Amino acid sequence: MTAPATVDTGYEVVIGLEVHAQLLTRSKMFCSCSAAYTTAPPNSNTCPVCLGLPGALPVINRQAVEMTVRTALALNCEIPPFTKFDRKNYFYPDLPKGYQISQYDLPLSQDGHLEFDVDGVRTRCGVTRVHLEEDTGTMHHAGDVLQEATSSLVDLNRCGVPLMEIVGEPDLRSADAAREYLVRLRQILVYIGVNDGNLEEGSLRCDANVSLRVRGATELGTKVEVKNMNSFRAVHHAITFEIERQARVLDDGGALVQETRGWVEARGATVSQRSKEMAHDYRYFPEPDLPPLQLGRDLVESIRAAIPELPEARAARFSSQYGLSAYDAAVLTGVRAEADTYEALVDAGVSAKVAANWQMGDVAALANEHHVALADSGLGVGGLAALLALVESGAINGSTAKELLSELYIVGGDPAALVTERGLGQVGDAAQLAAVVAEVIEANPKACADFRGGREAALQSLVGQVMKATRGRADARMVTTLLRERLSG
Amino acid sequence: MSSAGLTAAAMAAALRRGEVTPQELLADARAQVSRLDSSLNAFLALTDDLADRQAERATEMLRDDRLGAGPLCGIPVALKDVLCVEGYPTTAGSRILENFRPPYTATAVQRLIDAGAVPVGKTNCDEFAMGSSTENSAYGTVGNPWDVERVPGGSSGGSAAAVAAGMVPISYGTDTGGSIRQPASLCGVVGFKPTYGRVSRYGLIAFASSLDQVGPFAHSVEDAAVAYAVVAGNDPRDSTSVIDAVEDPLSALRDGVRGMRLGVPREYMGDGLEAGVRERVTEAIRVLEELGATVEEVSLPSTELGLSTYYIIAPAECSSNLARYDGVRFGMRVERPSLTETYLRTRDQGFGNEVKRRVMLGTYALSSGYYDAYYRRAQKVRTVIAREFDAVFETVDALVCPTSPKVAFTTGAIQDPVEMYLNDALTIPVNLAGLPGISLPCGFSDELPVGLQVIAPRLQDARVFRVAAAYEAATEWHRHRAPLVAA
Repeated sequence: MTAPATVDTGYEVVIGLEVHAQLLTRSKMFCSCSAAYTTAPPNSNTCPVCLGLPGALPVINRQAVEMTVRTALALNCEIPPFTKFDRKNYFYPDLPKGYQISQYDLPLSQDGHLEFDVDGVRTRCGVTRVHLEEDTGTMHHAGDVLQEATSSLVDLNRCGVPLMEIVGEPDLRSADAAREYLVRLRQILVYIGVNDGNLEEGSLRCDANVSLRVRGATELGTKVEVKNMNSFRAVHHAITFEIERQARVLDDGGALVQETRGWVEARGATVSQRSKEMAHDYRYFPEPDLPPLQLGRDLVESIRAAIPELPEARAARFSSQYGLSAYDAAVLTGVRAEADTYEALVDAGVSAKVAANWQMGDVAALANEHHVALADSGLGVGGLAALLALVESGAINGSTAKELLSELYIVGGDPAALVTERGLGQVGDAAQLAAVVAEVIEANPKACADFRGGREAALQSLVGQVMKATRGRADARMVTTLLRERLSG
Repeated sequence: MSSAGLTAAAMAAALRRGEVTPQELLADARAQVSRLDSSLNAFLALTDDLADRQAERATEMLRDDRLGAGPLCGIPVALKDVLCVEGYPTTAGSRILENFRPPYTATAVQRLIDAGAVPVGKTNCDEFAMGSSTENSAYGTVGNPWDVERVPGGSSGGSAAAVAAGMVPISYGTDTGGSIRQPASLCGVVGFKPTYGRVSRYGLIAFASSLDQVGPFAHSVEDAAVAYAVVAGNDPRDSTSVIDAVEDPLSALRDGVRGMRLGVPREYMGDGLEAGVRERVTEAIRVLEELGATVEEVSLPSTELGLSTYYIIAPAECSSNLARYDGVRFGMRVERPSLTETYLRTRDQGFGNEVKRRVMLGTYALSSGYYDAYYRRAQKVRTVIAREFDAVFETVDALVCPTSPKVAFTTGAIQDPVEMYLNDALTIPVNLAGLPGISLPCGFSDELPVGLQVIAPRLQDARVFRVAAAYEAATEWHRHRAPLVAA
């Protein structure tokens, strides 16, 4: 199924995304329970604090604050010197305290932006704020449909996991732009090590505020908040659906209602969940159990200094420094560990172009097949560099290298030693090859005649015969030269 | 002879002389409880196993010098039923927590256990510490040991009565707007509210987080100082707990008040005082003057705003703090077909009227459109009140004034909530400013105890004890015991 094309509705589309990202901290936001909750039996990864028992008190997780600041700085935000936590009050069984500790009017960061290309056009989306809060528990409803469930079970293992909310400005003007923003944002979050980027499992969540207005209008139209999108594809589909739905209402002379709608994947549609009238009054007020936070400039600057080169900047550098195409540079820098691997290969003496070709070709295929990145494989970066050095020096040819790569990828080993042991060294001795070439010409008169008759492809089949006779060890270039000489002689 | 009515210091001395054992002190405490509690109702639950274990432990600690037995080792204590003790019923005086047994122990209680104190039981209190008479408990009213027809004050009425009745020499309560000092005053005992943040709130069932503070009741200032010292100090589990080291409250106990400047806030001696209270407090101030203190009248102009400020901030925090009592995970649940109905019925049947009143007040004060007019403004007034105290403490070292405008009243006599709230008018500003304050006996009016309040700047808890100890040393009021103490 391909993504539906964005339809031009005649209206200007206004989209702002709110992204929630679970932080990769060791412990929860306000207690020492593990933040890795998914494998624990229900309600076992809990304590008096995250269960909201009477008398329990929260203590701020320093690592979560630092990760949020790291994210905010990567998104070009300002970090105010003074920030505080607030209580967001509402009743729901997955919220054991009856309030969520979040941030209201003095968030950890504000006024940032993210720049990216949409179909070759440079686009900038403001980031209103990045703030820190705690995740809720999860509910398991008996039956398929919430409205028809006769009972629900509550699991509080997730309750209190640090959750970062990244509020985007309504600067996005198409479903494509929204998807691209989310792709870039996700890439950065994963790159700086604060989130695992998993939309499907909900460690990264996206809500979209979508509205339309007549082109040229300055007032924003009535906005609809769309939830429940757990893939990039779903985000694109849901926004596209919503644009078309809203355009139809407006075209028919109707008025939109401010509401929350959920994306129902199976139906390919958004469905109304809650109208503005039913919206909660969260009664935010400063969390009296936590003193305000004052972040020292030194701390902020040390966090800034430790932010790695971000993917876009790194891709630009790869292009200029290593002479890679924009495409290759983007692929190689998309995942931080891959980019690190690439630079390690180059540092180990592999030429930039060779390293790129191998890493994006055979190595990527093997990594995919075995679910093990090169850096974690038995062969490792050093092993691959040693292998490619043998190709570079002419000691083995490319096809031998491919076979060795495949063989050694998981188990590892010294490529040079193996080449010697098995006699895999490239046959580059002219006299030795001449004899084989002569035999092949003798045995394939038809192919020889074809080549002489002008059919260039016939030469390749003869080269193949020579390679076969030498068990793939012949220097292919030398074989080609020898064949040409003999056949045209 | 029973040890009932002795100070903790006297008991500790007897323990060290080998004249008595922790088990005997515990037996005396139990005997006093069983003799008097049917009429007083000070205890909601007895922690018998824990008390026996602690008496054993105290015996060992006292036997072996290396175990560092402190002044509360082997001393029976009582705990207000808002402090969590692992495995024991902790109700906060509410129906909604009737069968709740916390799986963990409050930091303050743990420090007592570590010190070898012997927790006898959990004491009655106003539901979620909301009240000034302990009449808001879901488990019945508490009698004042000086006159069982009268209230002991509140909300820590059970803890105050338990000491006044000689059941235990030390008990602990909590003070959010006067809930230690006011019942201490009405029951003729010493009650101390530390600087906000001095005692950990971890494991204390919250009423209003920015105001709640744990503190002791005792027969003497020295006992109160000792009881405070054992539970005070930073707790990494309470982010609002003060980090600075605790100044030894015993260090200045014998320093006297000669040369000290004491202020009497004009607004605390106003028309609302009963004549008897005014007379006793005026006499007490004269005693301090005779001991060499300089006494001057000072002004805290915003005092009258304290009550209304408090009744915005405390309900706002309580409306949020009490949201967790929803019947889903612990405590009472009134099961109904829908989630919303279950919430509504559980909270309707689980909470008493005063709690509901404050939850509604607080919900309203925080509502969209009303926040600025109520909560935000109250926070500003709170800052003004704290600054006025700061200004006054530029010229005086401590303040002396009445604790409660009246002596213990008859149970059921006050029905109007606002009239009830006025009982705390002289204690609330101290909570709003986070200051330390003490109430100690300064005589009687119509045979009922009157309390003198001493207030000092933030973190100057030792100064409160110093002034109080000087007064106590010069008077005999603290030696009086309610007639029912002796069998």
